[in-house]
Amino acid sequence: MGEPLAVEATGLAKSYGPISVLAGVDIAVPQGTVFSLLGPNGAGKTTTVRILATLLRPDRGQARVAGFDIARERRQVRRSISLTGQYAAVDELQTGEENLRMMARLAGLDRRAARRRAAELLDRFDLTGAARRRVGTYSGGMRRRLDLAASLVVQPSVIFLDEPTTGLDPRSRLAMWQVVTDLVGSGMTVFLTTQYLEEADRLADKISLIDAGRVVAEGTPAELKQRFADQRLELHLVDGSAYEEVVRRLGPRAIATNPAQLSVSTATDGTALHIRALLDEVDPDHTAVRRFAVHTATLDDVFLALTGHTATSPEKETADV
Amino acid sequence: MSDTLTMVGRCVRLSTRNIEAMMTALFLPVMLLLLFVYLFGGAIDTGTKYVTYVVPGVILLCAGWSSATTAVTVSQDMQGGIIDRFRSMDIGGVSVLSGHVAASIARNAASTVLVLGVALLVGFRPDAGPLAWLGAVGILLSFVLAITWLAAAIGLLAKTPEAASGFTFFVAFLPYPSSAFVPIDTMPGWLQGFARHQPVTPVTETVRGLLLDLPVGNNAWWALAWCGGIAAMSVILSAVLFQRRIR
Repeated sequence: MGEPLAVEATGLAKSYGPISVLAGVDIAVPQGTVFSLLGPNGAGKTTTVRILATLLRPDRGQARVAGFDIARERRQVRRSISLTGQYAAVDELQTGEENLRMMARLAGLDRRAARRRAAELLDRFDLTGAARRRVGTYSGGMRRRLDLAASLVVQPSVIFLDEPTTGLDPRSRLAMWQVVTDLVGSGMTVFLTTQYLEEADRLADKISLIDAGRVVAEGTPAELKQRFADQRLELHLVDGSAYEEVVRRLGPRAIATNPAQLSVSTATDGTALHIRALLDEVDPDHTAVRRFAVHTATLDDVFLALTGHTATSPEKETADV
Repeated sequence: MSDTLTMVGRCVRLSTRNIEAMMTALFLPVMLLLLFVYLFGGAIDTGTKYVTYVVPGVILLCAGWSSATTAVTVSQDMQGGIIDRFRSMDIGGVSVLSGHVAASIARNAASTVLVLGVALLVGFRPDAGPLAWLGAVGILLSFVLAITWLAAAIGLLAKTPEAASGFTFFVAFLPYPSSAFVPIDTMPGWLQGFARHQPVTPVTETVRGLLLDLPVGNNAWWALAWCGGIAAMSVILSAVLFQRRIR
């Protein structure tokens, strides 16, 4: 502690009727860092962002953003933040340049300053060539870049990015990651939500894993990987009955069970001693395990270990868990 | 104030680029005018040339149609992410909606000029001095303002743009049971009471009276009261609804 916090939330809760979306979320983000709220669809990420951006009132809990209380000092919070939502918040019938000039004017710049700022941003986000084209003709990646540019017409102290790369192709995603990395250099605090483990791993200084409206773990990417699943032992079994027997012996330690492929994983520290002991324990007759492999843990494993399910990514590139 | 001007610029730009809506806004009124004058007009006896009688009604009818565009665009705005951004930039709801209302007034001004032009070509002969013209324009403007703000409130209230468009159907229908197209005496008795006491009738009578140099009577005051009341109620309702969206 000690360093000033850009975002500080305690006990945020929100329900819609009987459905609890957030069940007491605590968050602390130091200034000038990238924070990622990581979780599957419906975990409560967008709700959290909307509460912190003063667009939604929490049922319970308090939060301060950029030093201001989100309930009592809403206006000051709004002056200190910018929000880039899941859906591009730009007008399709206006050109990229017109959108940026409009946002700059709304942010309080005069006509000339707005024009200058729009030109700078178009250049910085590699959109100068498309400046005079209507946004309706932009690709998904261009639209997201414009959207992000629009949230930077004045330098916010905290920028909220709600799933900035959802639905983008891999190349546009890489470009977006570069843009986010560049933002941090300027002293801004970035609050990013994502359902992509790789994205949180690449960008965030600190991650909170959220599932069903609760933060289930937090730490740096390295800490999380270390703490929850340093290495992963993957066992391939000879047949169905061997599979069931091994899963039974592992009990709650079994992660990523896959009956179709007769495979199951469990956490290990990766030493020969531990692996030998594990194999002896689950397969005392040395007949059940056909092969095994040791993997360095990914955030996927952490997520799995904590929640019992994967952070479902619709376009998962790899088939193995 | 500067936010409102920026929003007006935005909506006028969006409006001119929405080709379909623009075509509808400009040519539907002319089509309706010709329809009424040449197809129905021959069968309707109003004591004057029908084109002379019907021009105010066509303008009001088109204002009603045009308000659907406002309701739909407001509703589309509310569904897209852009409203979240405006709100997180602390832009007030009245600024955002004023943009839509101003765009609607611009559309209506263009279509009204076009309708008047075509009406003159097909035999409309108004008999009004500059003051009467000014008065007629003022009444039309307040009518357009009133129903556009009402449409904006409906756009906020509706869950989808389609629903918003559906609601404004009632607004667009209002000119029919009024003195806009046929004299009220020709309607069945049960309808006459409604027709005499709904907003479109005094607005129509005032505009017609001013343009044709006929006595206006109390109609002008009724028209202004209706328009002022609807506009005030709708502005307040819109402001409240816009805030409410922060749940």
